[in-house]
Amino acid sequence: MNSALPSDPHGLEERIALWRAYLLRRQSIRDVDVDELEDHLRDQAAELAEAGLAPDEAFLVAVKRIGDLDALTREFAREHSDRLWKQLVTSGKSGSPAGCSAGSEASIVLALAVVAALAIKVPALLGIPMEDGNELFYIRNISFFVLPCLFGYFVWKRRLAPRACGKAVLAFVAAACLANVYPFEEGSATEVLVALHLPIALWLVVGIAYTGSRWGHSADRMNFVRFSGELFIYYVLIALGGGVVTAFTMFTFAAIGLEAEAQGLAQRWLIPCGALGAAIVAAWLVEAKQSVIENMAPVLTRLFTPLFAAVLVVFLGAMAWTGNVVDVDRGILIGFDLLLVLVLGLLLYAVSARDPRAKPDAFDALQLLLVTAALVVDIVALAAIGARISEFGFSANKVAALGENLILLVNLSWSAWLYLRFLRGRGPFSDLERWQTSYLPVYAAWAAFVVLAFPPLFGYV
Amino acid sequence: MKIGKDLVAASATPLILAILSEGESYGYAILRRVAELSGGRLQWTDGMLYPVLHRLERLGQIEGRWGKSASGRKRRYYRITAQGTRQLVALRRQWQVVNETLGDIWFAASEASAQA
Repeated sequence: MNSALPSDPHGLEERIALWRAYLLRRQSIRDVDVDELEDHLRDQAAELAEAGLAPDEAFLVAVKRIGDLDALTREFAREHSDRLWKQLVTSGKSGSPAGCSAGSEASIVLALAVVAALAIKVPALLGIPMEDGNELFYIRNISFFVLPCLFGYFVWKRRLAPRACGKAVLAFVAAACLANVYPFEEGSATEVLVALHLPIALWLVVGIAYTGSRWGHSADRMNFVRFSGELFIYYVLIALGGGVVTAFTMFTFAAIGLEAEAQGLAQRWLIPCGALGAAIVAAWLVEAKQSVIENMAPVLTRLFTPLFAAVLVVFLGAMAWTGNVVDVDRGILIGFDLLLVLVLGLLLYAVSARDPRAKPDAFDALQLLLVTAALVVDIVALAAIGARISEFGFSANKVAALGENLILLVNLSWSAWLYLRFLRGRGPFSDLERWQTSYLPVYAAWAAFVVLAFPPLFGYV
Repeated sequence: MKIGKDLVAASATPLILAILSEGESYGYAILRRVAELSGGRLQWTDGMLYPVLHRLERLGQIEGRWGKSASGRKRRYYRITAQGTRQLVALRRQWQVVNETLGDIWFAASEASAQA
C-alpha cells in the first residue's frame, strides 16, 4: 500500500504532517482520532494513485473526501463532549523523571505531605506545645515545616544533583538557626517582621529548585511565577474543602456529645497538619495540570484589573477633591502595602499570560492606567511614612514599610515606562517580562535583609 | 441519484453493524464495502464514519482495538459485540417494517395508476 508513497518525493509526508497538525488544533479531536483518520487518508490516497492519479492529486482528493473539517469537528465534539472540559489526569505522563511511573510520583508526594504534616507536631514532642503563648514560635517557623518538603519534591522531580542542593540546604539551616537564636523580646515588632519575611526569602530557594537550577533564564523564572500563582489558588481551594471537612467533624462529634474532644482534634491535628500537607499536594496538582487546564491566575487578573484600576482612580479623585490626607497609622500603612503588592501581582500575572508577540490592545492601556494609579498611591503612602518617620523617628515597622514601598516604587515606575514604550510601539513587550523576572530576586534579597539585619539593628524589640 | 442526509444518517448504524457482523474490519474497508454493496449509489462523507464508530463503541455495540495494517501502519479495527448483534436484529426488524410498509403503499399506488 505504501508503494504509492515512496520516500516522499512529492512532499506528501510533509503535507500529511501539516494536515495532522491542523486537525490536532481542534480540542475535540485527539491524537488517536487523527491516527485513525490518517490511516484512512493514506489508504484512500494509495487507491486513487493506483487508479492513475499523481500522488499529490491523490492526496488532495483524499483530503476532500474526508469532508469538511469544521463539520467533522462538530461531529467529534458532539460524540466526545467531555473533551471540551479538559480533564486533569495525574498519570504523570509528562514531566516525571524518566523511569518513574505515575504511582511512584503519587507516593513520593504523599510521603512528603505526611512528613510536612507530622513535622509541625515535632516541636510539641520537644516541649513546645502549640498553645500556651507559643503561637509566634510556630508562625516564625512555619516555613521550615513545609518549604523543605516542597524543595525536596522539586529536587526529586527535576533530578537535581545533590551537589547543587548544598547551598539551598545551608540556607534553610542558617535561616532556621537565626530565627530561633535571636533573643527577641516579648511581643517585639522585629519578631513579627522576621515571621513575615522569612517565607518570602525562602520561597526563592524553592524557586531555584523549581527551575531545576535554570534560575538564570527569564522564561524559567516566569514559569515559577505562574506556578506560584496557581499554587496559591489551588491552596485556597483545598483550604475551603478543608474547612468543610473540619466543620463536619465538629458537627458530627458534637452530635454524640464529644464537642470538646472534636475541637481539640481539629485544632491540634486536623487544621495544622492539613494546612501543611495541603501545600505539597497543591504543588503536585499544579505540576500535573499545568498544560491541561487553563491557568486561573491570569483569568482572575483579567477580571480584577479593570475593577482595581477603577477603585484606585476613584480613590485618588476623592482624595484630590476633598483634600483629605492619608491618616497614617500602622494598619493603614500595611493596607497600602498590601494594595501595592496586589497591583504588582495583577501586573505580574497579566504579563505571565500575555503573548509577547501580540500587538498592544485596550487591556494593555488599562494595565498602564492601573500601574500609574498605583504609583501615585505609592508616592502618597511614601510621603505619609516619611512624615511619620520625621515626626517619631525610625522604628522597625516603619523602615520595613519604607523599604517595601521603595522597592515597589522602583518596579512600578520602570514597568510604567516600559508599558508606555510598548504602547507607543517603541519597544517589545518582552522587555517588560524580562524586567519583572529579573526583579524577583530583589524581593527575596530585601526579605532576607529584614530577617538577618533588622532584629540586631533594632535591638530585638 | 443522491440520497438525502437524514436517510444516510439513519441507515449508517444498521449498515455498519451488518458489515461488522461479517467479521472484523476498519474504517476505510467499511466504506469500501458500503460502496460495493450499494454499487456506489450510497455516498458517505468519509470522515463522518468515525464519529459514528466512536458512538457505537461507547454504546458497547462494537469494540475497537489498535492493530497493524499489512504495511505495518497503525490501524484501528472494530468488531461487533453480543449487544451489537442484538441491536442489529432489532434494527433489522424496524427497517423491514418500514420497507414493507413503503413497498405496500408503492405497490398499491402503482396498481391504482395502472388501472386509471
